[in-house]
Amino acid sequence: MTSYITLSYVDLALASVLVLINAGLSLIFGLKIHRSLLIAAIRMAVQLTLIGLVLTALFSLVSPLWTGLAVFAMILFAGQEVMQRQDRRLSGWWCFGLGTGCMMMSSVLVTVFALLTAIRPSPWYDPRYSIPLLGMILGNCMTGIALGLNTLTTSLMLRRAAVEARLMLGATRWDAAGPVTRDALRSALMPTINSMSATGLVSLPGMMTGQILSGVPPVEAVKYQILVMFLIAGGTGFGAVAAVLGGVYRLTDARHRLRLDRLAAPQAT
Amino acid sequence: MSFSLAVGECITVKGPSGAGKTLLLRAIADLDPNQGLVSVEGSDRSTVPAPEWRRLVGYVPAEPGWWAETVGEHFDDWIAAAAILTDLGFSEKAKSWPIARLSTGERLRLAVVRALIIRPKVLLLDEPTAALDAASVAAVESLLADRIRAGLAVLWVTHDAGQTRRIARRQLAVEAGNVREEIDQ
Repeated sequence: MTSYITLSYVDLALASVLVLINAGLSLIFGLKIHRSLLIAAIRMAVQLTLIGLVLTALFSLVSPLWTGLAVFAMILFAGQEVMQRQDRRLSGWWCFGLGTGCMMMSSVLVTVFALLTAIRPSPWYDPRYSIPLLGMILGNCMTGIALGLNTLTTSLMLRRAAVEARLMLGATRWDAAGPVTRDALRSALMPTINSMSATGLVSLPGMMTGQILSGVPPVEAVKYQILVMFLIAGGTGFGAVAAVLGGVYRLTDARHRLRLDRLAAPQAT
Repeated sequence: MSFSLAVGECITVKGPSGAGKTLLLRAIADLDPNQGLVSVEGSDRSTVPAPEWRRLVGYVPAEPGWWAETVGEHFDDWIAAAAILTDLGFSEKAKSWPIARLSTGERLRLAVVRALIIRPKVLLLDEPTAALDAASVAAVESLLADRIRAGLAVLWVTHDAGQTRRIARRQLAVEAGNVREEIDQ
């Protein structure tokens, strides 16, 4: 039997006192982060409340159209986030399109794979399962792709002479950009690898903790967590490989030339 | 402006900084998009796959790039490279030298050898001796003169009028992106 202790708004207000104390410490020590801390906390509470309402509606509708639209909106927001995390962005639509397209491909593919093979809800797109699952995969995929693309573009800028040296000796664009590509993929996948290594020893993942708090037996919660970690690793890997190779493709051309002119001008800070 | 470079010929290129000398070499090497028509031994550049083109037309930039930590890792055929490097004053132990500890002059000489190893028909040089002492300049010029006599065609950017007299019979002048041929030396 699953049971959980419901929280009242007073409980939440009590917990928010901790954030207020932190804001007070910021004032005392002159850190000047109390304002951003309070705004972030309020934003988090509002966003989660809204998503709670949206999810309640979605879960009650169980509509493929509304579920699909919610998925699409989540991917668009994630694409925007990837774009904003780039020091040097690809110019034009590539900037938004590459990260968003790769996230859509990998996260949807992996989520559908899990829904059809492991979880098997009825219907298969049941938003109670598909939306949270996609959200977790998408969030990690977004981080991986943002890191991978950022490492790729900044490394190509910094190591331009080395890449062109190999091109000059007759290397193809893929061979010449190989070391940079590998570094970008490593940086994309490192957070996922670190997360998997530390899980269970250093940290208890939020999803598993949430399930345990809501009354799910720990062994069952662990099974779900392991499944999610595998899905995250797979989704991040597919997405990062596609995005980084897509980035190399865009920043070189058919004549095997490095095309850093296809990067947008640096953002004003 | 068009010009041709014969087998076994060296042409020097001069011009003020920013005139477009490096752009000219990079365009011939097909490292930047350009509208020029370039051919080697009758083969138009557009008909030759780019990696193959760059093995026909070698290019040594003024600031060569390095992708590995040690000297040896930049040469597929170290034995062939070592034979040339010895002539340029490098020790046999150079293979394990860290690139980061090399002087600018050493790096330029290594880059010349790295380009020669792939046996191009044309070699584009962007001030390869600018940071060298007199003895090293003489060694590089001697090495390249041997290759030119063996049929290598060289387009050599230099500001050194004496070097132009020693190595070339023709000279191009680049000014504000325009190229013109100077009188014979």
